[in-house]
Amino acid sequence: MSNDRRLSAPGQLLIGPDEDTPSGDLPDVPLPELAAQFGLRPSAARPPVMGYLRQLWRRTSFIMAFATARNIAMYTEARLGQLWQVLTPLLNAGVYFLIFGVLLKINRGIPDYLGFLVTGVFVFNFTQRAVISTSTVITNSLPLIRALQFPRASLPLAYVMIEFQQMLLSMAVLAIILVSPLCHEPVTWYWLLAIPALMLQTIFNIGIGLLVARVGSTVNDFSQLLPFLMRTWLYLSGVLFSIAALQIRTHRWAIALLEINPAALYITLMRNSLLLSQRLSAPGSKPYNARLCALWNTKAKIYWYDSAYCHFYANPDHFWEFGIGWAVLALVVGFWFFWRAEAKYGRG
Amino acid sequence: MVVVDDLHIVYRVYGAGGDRGTAATALLRILGRKTRGSIREVHAIRGMSFVAYRGDAVGVIGRNGSGKSTLLRAVAGLLPPEQGNVYTTGEASLLGVNAALLEDLTGERNVILGCLAMGMTKQEAKDKYQSIVDFSGVGEFIDLPMKTYSSGMGSRLRFAIAASKSHDVLLVDEALATGDAEFRVKSHARIEELRQEAGTVFLVAHNLEEVEMTCNRVIWMERGKIVTQGTDVIGIIDQYIAASGGKPVDRDPQTGERVGERVGAREHAKA
Repeated sequence: MSNDRRLSAPGQLLIGPDEDTPSGDLPDVPLPELAAQFGLRPSAARPPVMGYLRQLWRRTSFIMAFATARNIAMYTEARLGQLWQVLTPLLNAGVYFLIFGVLLKINRGIPDYLGFLVTGVFVFNFTQRAVISTSTVITNSLPLIRALQFPRASLPLAYVMIEFQQMLLSMAVLAIILVSPLCHEPVTWYWLLAIPALMLQTIFNIGIGLLVARVGSTVNDFSQLLPFLMRTWLYLSGVLFSIAALQIRTHRWAIALLEINPAALYITLMRNSLLLSQRLSAPGSKPYNARLCALWNTKAKIYWYDSAYCHFYANPDHFWEFGIGWAVLALVVGFWFFWRAEAKYGRG
Repeated sequence: MVVVDDLHIVYRVYGAGGDRGTAATALLRILGRKTRGSIREVHAIRGMSFVAYRGDAVGVIGRNGSGKSTLLRAVAGLLPPEQGNVYTTGEASLLGVNAALLEDLTGERNVILGCLAMGMTKQEAKDKYQSIVDFSGVGEFIDLPMKTYSSGMGSRLRFAIAASKSHDVLLVDEALATGDAEFRVKSHARIEELRQEAGTVFLVAHNLEEVEMTCNRVIWMERGKIVTQGTDVIGIIDQYIAASGGKPVDRDPQTGERVGERVGAREHAKA
């Protein structure tokens, strides 16, 4: 079949387009009334919250399949392929251990520093990667958004799920490091508490991911600023050192505030469930003893567990309640904030 | 059914010229409290109104940059209107040339993901899988990453995915232009089927023959406005060709049909 008779539209337009637009065969009824009469809905309207949730629920399998597919695609070009999913967390932990554990010897006051550090790095990394990847999710997915009609919240959700799948692998790596001769961590029933801790953190990440996704979709400068915000958050959350050992610990309320910030909280919940040394040395876990408390963090290794004899800053009995609170708060606020702009995503 | 009422669409483009884009000019701009000179507004649709009914196939014609693709996106609800409104029954689905799915993934995964994104369940997606692959004619290449496909193969697969579901409103943006002869016949038949399933189909095409064969209603637009619209498909197309300085089409005086037609495609359009 030849293409030579195919007509195209070349050349200059001879009829001026600014002449009166002909109404053609429009009906006499005003158009909005006509639309209402046939029960039509505005195509770019935002669905109500419940309807939106229902739409999202129907996309569950899409979200899961999208996350898995992206996870696989991420490393298809690399020679080591899927091995990077395990290598990335390992290298991450290795770098921090080399600098803060071997070179700087910052581990003063923390028993079993390697387990403490690796747990902190992995848990914080989960939130960090979720926040950074969701901040560009809308701009990255513009072709998909402009091509298909689906609840946009599935995109940040899928991105958090990608990080969740990565986190599960990291947790497996973490478990192996902990039981290995490097840490000698005993496997106890407390380990089961890691599951609710991870679930709460995931819910929190979804909430904050939705929040960041909308901000990132309108403020392009945001993704430039975000790495600095995340690094500040990292140092404020006691990933590499113990918050309780900071110089400002005379201001008890400041330490308490740092301890209940969501990142520090989820890290603490995870550490307390996995690490025996953390449970034994948590401030407030033994009756107050001024002499022993003063010895902690000043002298040799044998006193490292004496932080248990100090007063607690934020009451550890309420950490789980705080964890649930942050997760619910982030999810509700994030979802509401993202849903408000549902019809606006996709404008270039 | 689709009702478009006095629709205006404005694109905002960042970094479109203005200053030289250096750090110094950015600082001066902030210090001087000037608004960002580099935001430019492009008024792509400037007040369009029309009605398309159930079972209609509407052809949208006009030169490059006249706002055809923008109109389709707006009808699909993918671009929010600046003013006016678009009303549709149910969901409108846009089928464009650039409806990219995941380039790194195999055709197989793209089929499943596309189906799930359109709201199918896992089982439905699995059931539809074979018919989509057969329709697309991608054949043995289905387990290769989509970025290795030729543009024709890619758009065939995308059309097959989108057409696997019946839509209330289907918007087709030159997706058929890339297929080969056999695929075009197949896709015409599929569009005809979708129309009969009580849908409304919009077709943007530079190939006027295709519009003439498929559509029962035409909108001719220039610079974001309607020049002419109506059900006199042949008349409007001839006007458009005359206005753009093209050669008039030879037509049979009685039937209005083109003289010396492509037989295969025509039979299908009639059937």
